[in-house]
Amino acid sequence: MDTLTQIRFVWKPVVFLLCLVPGLLLLGDTFEITGTLGANPVEEIQDRLGNWGLRFIMIALTVTPLRRMTGWNWLLRFRRMLGLYAFFYTLLHFLAWLILDQGILWSAIVEDIVKRPFITFGFAALLILTAMAATSTSGMRRRLGRRWQQLHYGAYAAGVLGVWHYWWQVKKDIRDPLIYAVILSILLGLRLWYHYRKLSQRR
Amino acid sequence: MLIRKPTDIRPSEITSKDNYLNRRQFMAAGAAAGSIALTSPLFGAIVPPGEFAKLPDVRKSRFSTDETPTSYDDVTTYNNFWEFGTAKDDPAKNSKDFEPRPWRITVDGHAEKTGSFHFDDFIKPFDLEERIYRMRCVEAWSMVIPWVGISLADVVKHFQPTSKAKYVAFETLHDPVRMPGQRRAVLEWPYREGLTIAEATNPLPILAVGLYGEALPNPNGAPIRLVVPWKYGFKGIKSIVRISFVEKRPQTSWNMSQPWEYGFYANVNPEVDHPRWSQARERRIGSGRFASKQPTLMFNGYGEHVAHLYKGLDLRKNY
Repeated sequence: MDTLTQIRFVWKPVVFLLCLVPGLLLLGDTFEITGTLGANPVEEIQDRLGNWGLRFIMIALTVTPLRRMTGWNWLLRFRRMLGLYAFFYTLLHFLAWLILDQGILWSAIVEDIVKRPFITFGFAALLILTAMAATSTSGMRRRLGRRWQQLHYGAYAAGVLGVWHYWWQVKKDIRDPLIYAVILSILLGLRLWYHYRKLSQRR
Repeated sequence: MLIRKPTDIRPSEITSKDNYLNRRQFMAAGAAAGSIALTSPLFGAIVPPGEFAKLPDVRKSRFSTDETPTSYDDVTTYNNFWEFGTAKDDPAKNSKDFEPRPWRITVDGHAEKTGSFHFDDFIKPFDLEERIYRMRCVEAWSMVIPWVGISLADVVKHFQPTSKAKYVAFETLHDPVRMPGQRRAVLEWPYREGLTIAEATNPLPILAVGLYGEALPNPNGAPIRLVVPWKYGFKGIKSIVRISFVEKRPQTSWNMSQPWEYGFYANVNPEVDHPRWSQARERRIGSGRFASKQPTLMFNGYGEHVAHLYKGLDLRKNY
């Protein structure tokens, strides 16, 4: 098998299944097979899904800087899948909030999205990820051309909005959102650094 | 005064009131109880594990709700008690070695009787009552908790506050060695709370010393904590070491930390939202994975007993 075939038929399925593990564990805990969700299961479901959505945004954003540092170009082949997983967990996080937390009470849902900035921010992040997921096929990429790249810079915005969304809903102890903020700052900072280095080398 | 009541619990099952709060005795009683299932007709299937000795001579109260109590497990493992960490399961994990003995409570300020009292002496003059109360957290979740405690109004009257006493202030133990959460300045320690004298002499508030008929577990604020059922849970200060009768409104911890979000009154009010989330509905702990939230009641459903305290007060401003 050449490298490309190996990635396609071995490594991609392996990574796909690995990324599914947090979701399967959550399902197992929900039905008390692998564990439990504790005293407030609805909150736990939302928290875990939201955390994994945010983590996959970070993981997907790690691909480019890591590829530049190591020269491992094959990493790029996993980026779309990782991004789609970010969308997948964020969408489930949203649906858990909509159905389990809010009980599909539309008046309360609309009020929350409009009135509560932290929910507005999270919802905006989800809309961005939805647009990116919908245009993630190779066909869409070809059709959109340069605009595809512009649209997919939205990942940076989704990351910032997601961390902000998390930070804002914490009561007081901001250690966890702070960790995400630091990681995101490094990932975005690296991009700025590469960008300016390229500009100065051109001169 | 203690009024003996006929009881269906055999004398051998209970420890006398004088020494039931002795820690070693809890342990001995717990070990003796072993695997014997403690059953109580009141709680049906929900049976506490019998970790501590049963409290003796506990009277029932007309203020109790008949709603199903939240399970002992949930009540003792899902807590906000930042002295032992900020995660909900931290207090249960990090308070295992906490010894709420010996314990002294200082009473000071504008009162005829003041001083420093051993815990047992402090509660001795008062009747133990079971109060099954709704507890509404400011984070929009709620429980139903069968407390055992003494009436705060009785305690206040006992110490005979003078006319200068307009407020009652409370303080939690400050001891970062025994309370590891206090090693981080996530709040300004010690934790502080307060009530107006009218609130403190209302018949509803209690100083709880027990839960489910047993001594109060550490994650719930052993050995003694405040319970004010019409206010958000954070008013219920835990592990109290000081009670002061003061003239000016005392500083309260969450108000000091985020005054735009947490006021002095902190009355449960579905119409006044937290700046970041709605207070209109609440999630009842133990209602299951797929149950929806339930509407939050004004004054947590205790309006008939307390609404008069706030006549003419703008509850939007005085949140």
